[in-house]
Amino acid sequence: MLKLFVPCDSVARAVGADQLADALSAEAQRRQVEVQIHRTSSRGLYWLEPLLEVETAEGRQGFGPVAAEDVAGLFDALTAAPAEHPLALGLVEQIPYLSSQQRLLFARAGITRPLSLDDYRNHGGFEGLAKAALLEQAEVVAAVLDSGLRGRGGAAFPAGIKWRTVRDAPAVQKYVVCNADEGDSGTFADRMLMEGDPFLLIEGMIIAGLAVGASKGYIYVRSEYPDAVHALNEAVLLAREAGYLDTTGSGVAFDLEVRVGAGAYICGEETALLESLEGKRGIVRAKPPLPALEGLFGQPTLVHNVLTLASVPIIMAKGAQFYRDFGMGRSLGTLPFQLAGNVRYGGLVERAFGLTLRELVEGYGGGTSSGRPLKAAQVGGPLGAWVPPSQFDTPLDYEAFAALGAMIGHGGVVVADDTLNMANMARFALQFCAEESCGKCTPCRIGSTRGMEVVDRLIASSDPAYRADQANLLHDLCDTMQYGSLCAMGGMTSYPVASALKHFPADFGLASPEAAQ
Amino acid sequence: MSDETLDLPVIQRVLDHHRETPGALLPILHAIQAGVGYIPDAAVPDIAHALNLSQAEVRGVITFYHDFRTAPPARHILRLCRAESCKSRGAETLAAQLREQLGLDDHGTSADGAVSLRPVYCLGACACSPALELDGQVHARLTPERLSALVSGCLQEVKPC
Repeated sequence: MLKLFVPCDSVARAVGADQLADALSAEAQRRQVEVQIHRTSSRGLYWLEPLLEVETAEGRQGFGPVAAEDVAGLFDALTAAPAEHPLALGLVEQIPYLSSQQRLLFARAGITRPLSLDDYRNHGGFEGLAKAALLEQAEVVAAVLDSGLRGRGGAAFPAGIKWRTVRDAPAVQKYVVCNADEGDSGTFADRMLMEGDPFLLIEGMIIAGLAVGASKGYIYVRSEYPDAVHALNEAVLLAREAGYLDTTGSGVAFDLEVRVGAGAYICGEETALLESLEGKRGIVRAKPPLPALEGLFGQPTLVHNVLTLASVPIIMAKGAQFYRDFGMGRSLGTLPFQLAGNVRYGGLVERAFGLTLRELVEGYGGGTSSGRPLKAAQVGGPLGAWVPPSQFDTPLDYEAFAALGAMIGHGGVVVADDTLNMANMARFALQFCAEESCGKCTPCRIGSTRGMEVVDRLIASSDPAYRADQANLLHDLCDTMQYGSLCAMGGMTSYPVASALKHFPADFGLASPEAAQ
Repeated sequence: MSDETLDLPVIQRVLDHHRETPGALLPILHAIQAGVGYIPDAAVPDIAHALNLSQAEVRGVITFYHDFRTAPPARHILRLCRAESCKSRGAETLAAQLREQLGLDDHGTSADGAVSLRPVYCLGACACSPALELDGQVHARLTPERLSALVSGCLQEVKPC
């Protein structure tokens, strides 16, 4: 009996994992070899997808990337000399890209089947919930506070403080809302976690519900992630059948519902998300009142990103001290960084805070996939700054990046080579903002469109004095958007624009020293 | 144009199903679109009535979100990712190729109703850029040749009578 593992992750499937699984089972049948094909989550080593793993006495042997055409040859090799096959990778867990990571959130990635409760429990699942259930609410909140966990959606607000606020708010009905509207381009950790380990998120939400006194949770997932929606819906049903979720009040008084977004980027902003959950246009609310006090349907609501909530079972199972031993300064724990764009080895790298951007991009990423010179990396999604290689030695730490005028955000890193024109990217950031602005505040609604016009005039002009004028205007506009917008959408659109202008003035047709001011 | 009254039973079923759902408008619109293919104009008064909203509020929500359509879709919907990661791997060249091969703009639909082009900003396939979604299926590590083959596949199939 041959035991094989092929990911069912949507991106592994987008590069042929289903075809691989089909070819494996057809070839096995032709050869009359008995096989078991397990569809697991992805390891996140995406340049190797579709990654085939074969169980052996030493551990799982990897082969990748395997196309359906390679299958016949692979079967020959498996019976003869597997290690000599050109796609052989050796033991998967010894691949340096993976073995050097510190996987807490993604400990089960590529190992378990996403919808197998047994797999989940056999790999530490529900240990956090079991411990939390024995504690007082205040002790759970204290553990989250002590762990140093900060909101992983981008704002990095201390999670425990939110928990305390919601817990202390008097109300009959409270809610836990998971912001799974991972709209930030260049990020895919939430998608991987929801598709690959949905019970971890569910466990985190149950613990949150118990701790703050909420009986109902919503997971708001973007519509661009249909596989995640499917996995979560199935996982919620399974968890309910197994008694982890309950509305009857006999067991755990917490139930969950998955809601699907409808293609609006702004609904990743927490108050717009709450409006959307209420069935309205995704228009940003003014704060205060904080959602922790007046959130969904006007009730106290704990709103967290997927990774924040999924960190909680680990903190409960292993202790706050275990978690805070990872990281540096006030950035504690691990962050799953997502390497994407023009990079040779794109994938998920979960490490404690504190490694440098260079280790990530050049070490793990192996530089550009085109082989051309590295130009910049955009860190933190479409509203993150473009960081030039001269700043790549900055440690990935919330405060260190803030000091650069950049941000870590949700941990997405998009790499670009020297062919990517930064003036075009600055214009794109403004265009994106114009398309996705909810329209409530003026700096964002009008500023984005005026900004595109300024960039267009700047690029089109050949008069240096005029260009300098337009560059000043653009700086001024960035300033207005950054400090005058109601939420981070308008406020942070200035980051990619101002950083492009500062570090790559030549792309705008500006002389370097003057624009660097 | 189809007779929208034919869709009313579907719409009524959806509204009945969500009678107790708090904040039901998005789930209702998704379900109607899944059942009918789009949100028929004839559905708006019923939705508004069921949720005790004005028709303007319902239309406001339909038009706010990119996903909701108010007309029948093309047979194939092709969404090429145009976000940063895919741009850094040549998405704009692919977009130009699409426009040329189909003779369509970014939001266009071909005259025979075969294909609609829609930009999308991130499919979460960034580690395997560039990517697109064709009728709900993601294809990553696109090359001009693969894109061309996918588009030809959409155009060549026999049209239903």
